[in-house]
Amino acid sequence: MKISQAEVRRVATLARVELDDDELESVGRDLNRILDYVAKLDELDTSTVEPTAQVVDFAAPMRTDEVTSKPAPEDAVANAPRSDKNFFVVPNIIE
Amino acid sequence: MSELTDELTDLGVTQASQRLAARDVSSEELTRAFLERTLALDQGTSQAIGAYLELSAESALDQARAADALLANGDPTAPLTGVPIALKDIFITRDMATTCASRILAGFKPRFDGTVVARLREAGAVITGKLNMDEFAMGSSTENSALGTTRNPWNHACVPGGSSGGSAAAVAARMVPGSFGTDTGGSIRQPAALCGVVGMKPTYGRVSRYGVIAFASSLDQVGPLANSVEDTALLFEAVAGHDPRDSTSIPQPAPDCRGSLHDGAKGLRVGVPGEYFGEGLDPEVEKSLRALLAALEREGASLVEVELPHTEYAVATYYIVATAEASSNLGRYDGVRYGLREGEDGGLTNMYGASRDAGFGAEVKRRIVLGSYALSAGYYDAYYLKAMKVRTLIRRDFDQAFENCDVLLTPTSPDTAFELGSRTDDPLKMYLSDVLTIPCNLAGLPGLSLPCGLDSKGLPIGAQLLAPPLAEPLLFRAARACEELVGFDQRPPEQDLAGGAGK
Repeated sequence: MKISQAEVRRVATLARVELDDDELESVGRDLNRILDYVAKLDELDTSTVEPTAQVVDFAAPMRTDEVTSKPAPEDAVANAPRSDKNFFVVPNIIE
Repeated sequence: MSELTDELTDLGVTQASQRLAARDVSSEELTRAFLERTLALDQGTSQAIGAYLELSAESALDQARAADALLANGDPTAPLTGVPIALKDIFITRDMATTCASRILAGFKPRFDGTVVARLREAGAVITGKLNMDEFAMGSSTENSALGTTRNPWNHACVPGGSSGGSAAAVAARMVPGSFGTDTGGSIRQPAALCGVVGMKPTYGRVSRYGVIAFASSLDQVGPLANSVEDTALLFEAVAGHDPRDSTSIPQPAPDCRGSLHDGAKGLRVGVPGEYFGEGLDPEVEKSLRALLAALEREGASLVEVELPHTEYAVATYYIVATAEASSNLGRYDGVRYGLREGEDGGLTNMYGASRDAGFGAEVKRRIVLGSYALSAGYYDAYYLKAMKVRTLIRRDFDQAFENCDVLLTPTSPDTAFELGSRTDDPLKMYLSDVLTIPCNLAGLPGLSLPCGLDSKGLPIGAQLLAPPLAEPLLFRAARACEELVGFDQRPPEQDLAGGAGK
């Protein structure tokens, strides 16, 4: 399956990864080689096979809904590029 | 360097722990010896090993002195009290820079320890610093690190393997007696093989992933590296066991792996999968593995030919599953709450794109785009769902093989350490370095690599053992039996340190 540069750009935008024109070309080329390779999975008939999403055989463990830890707000914003009074500061979301 | 210092840095984890408990040597002396050796070998020359991203010498000495106080009081001591240990920079460590070898986490200093780190501290370990890796654990040579180069201690023109290259190199060069890494597609076992050390990946779910920066959540596992099987077992026991903060954590305590460690090879059924000895395997690697198999047989093990027919589909399966999961996991790096932020003047969406463009290296971007593509509308069934089904087939192969054998023995890597820069132009070629280690991650099995010889270039060859889920005691027993038979006692050639001058 051939992936076009437009397609690469579309997916990169979805993933919020900006690619410049050089990167777009090389990523596209690499992607096509890899996709050609993974196409070999089509050799297998998996029509009656269940997918494996997780290799552990138990369901997600549950616990009582009660507060067991109270992380300090200062810790939460300690690494923030921009913060104010324990809030994360970002550019305007609604223009 | 004094003879005494060399003698101290020759100590493994178990030996060090015994000498410390006997008050034969202090943790401060021991830690200082390893730090001195690290300073001499790791930085400062063009051929330096470069295993560490951040060496925390002052903190290590403080920890060592605290350990000495505990030892002096005859306090009940935990098994790693006073033993220096280093960590791949993928482990969240309180107040220590944690970068995942990426620019996007430059300056990030966590305010908490992950579970493995907390358990190591409880066990009394002296944490010496953070080790180099491929960025976000994506790579097989540590060349994808955005923050530095790590060289193989056996040949400084060669890679140490990856993604836990720093963890393997530091142990091989005896800068530290033990280290921890992570393994998603072979990232502990392959560098262990290329650097001539022991490295182990537990059964998926045995060791907590809480506080381990996520690459592919259904594949990632934490594991130890050391210079002996016994040391590796001790390190594994110190961190394994249920953690309520990791919902994929198996609800069982750490198994006792040292009790049966010396039970030997007699009666062991060793499976040999033909698919792992096929085309593309370096003849010297094959020769070394065949010699080990013959030795096991002489010791009373029986060799069983087994088939794992879906082996050839493992790399393709992995590069869909792992990249898909990675594209999701790496979505959190957006410049909002931590890490690199750029382009905020252009608005929020621009900030996301600019931060991620500046912060992520080429391989990371490639995998995020590939993974997003595999999950996107219209392609999910053809790629991700298909890969999940093939994963089931791969697991079944192992289940069936283990009906006829106790462990599997294979080469860890199709060849030995390659030259820096020799595979960076060809991502697919790089991916195929992991062809022998990937299936184990897809199936969630425990696996271990140990050195079984050197090739004609003097580079280490690794033998891989795989065991059924939860069978770590058996895995370590088989590994110890192999280790005894191999008698690997070679060391990387020492740099000339006379007068303190490196090359």
